[in-house]
Amino acid sequence: MASNLPIPVADAGGDADLVLRQVLQDVLGLSPEQVAAMDADSGLFGHLPELDSMAVAGLLTEIEDRLDIIVEDDEVDGEMLETYGGLLAFVCAKRAEG
Amino acid sequence: MLRAATWQGPSGLTEYAVTCETGNARRVLIVPPLFDEHNKLRHFLAETMRALATHATDSVLPDLPGTNESLAPLEAQTLAGWRQAVASAASQLGATHLLAVRGGALVLPGELPALACAPVSGPAILRGMIRARVIADREAGRESEREALLAMGRSEGIELAGYRLGAGLLRELESAEPAEAPAIAQADLGGAGLWLRAEPAHDPAQSLALARIVAERLA
Repeated sequence: MASNLPIPVADAGGDADLVLRQVLQDVLGLSPEQVAAMDADSGLFGHLPELDSMAVAGLLTEIEDRLDIIVEDDEVDGEMLETYGGLLAFVCAKRAEG
Repeated sequence: MLRAATWQGPSGLTEYAVTCETGNARRVLIVPPLFDEHNKLRHFLAETMRALATHATDSVLPDLPGTNESLAPLEAQTLAGWRQAVASAASQLGATHLLAVRGGALVLPGELPALACAPVSGPAILRGMIRARVIADREAGRESEREALLAMGRSEGIELAGYRLGAGLLRELESAEPAEAPAIAQADLGGAGLWLRAEPAHDPAQSLALARIVAERLA
């Protein structure tokens, strides 16, 4: 599956949004259309049975690598992982710090 | 066609291997990824073996002791022991070349010409497994902390993501780097790494690409 297909970018988040959708596409094996249809309320951890702790760990590591941020373990909580909007807000805040 | 074969592990136990052979002179031993990534990539590896056969290349995929069908305890394994096991399997199973995939690059012995597909370091593997443990603990209402888990692992071993790692293996993983071997980048396979998938999945194009690259580079 090609990994760099064009994906519509939401206004908020800019390239972080793009990268995040790409990582979710790669982790969840979704089509570009499915991942483009995710909105801020789309459920992640706790909503998708395949997204277990190992998959979340891999997801965060991949986000770190592609966005050049470091996520500390104590920053990982249910709230930031529960929805797409929560994860995007967290990632954007981390980038603003750096 | 894939068949089962056996070889004698360093501890004396019989270990399994999958072979794909049609009498070619070139015979590649695939050193599998470690832990969870082996499960995620098993289908990909098997299809890569079939694809290698179309490039006049036989292949063999042994179980590392303590993994897959092996009866040896994982907790007793070390990277040094696995490196020795790979060398022994290569000799017993008649390999002419090695292809390490992901964490397999941490246990490449030096004896044969080798390639490493998307090699990963020990610290990177450990970081993901510790993080998974911290997240799982939090979900279960237990607070755990990376440094404390590592300290415990160094002294008495630790269970991470369902894998019981001995203290020796954990200490080796903390500093292990892939062996020096020419690398094949994941990007060259034409897609994102299948080890990223939350559910094991396959991408036939990636197996075909890897087999073609291996055949070209070992020619």
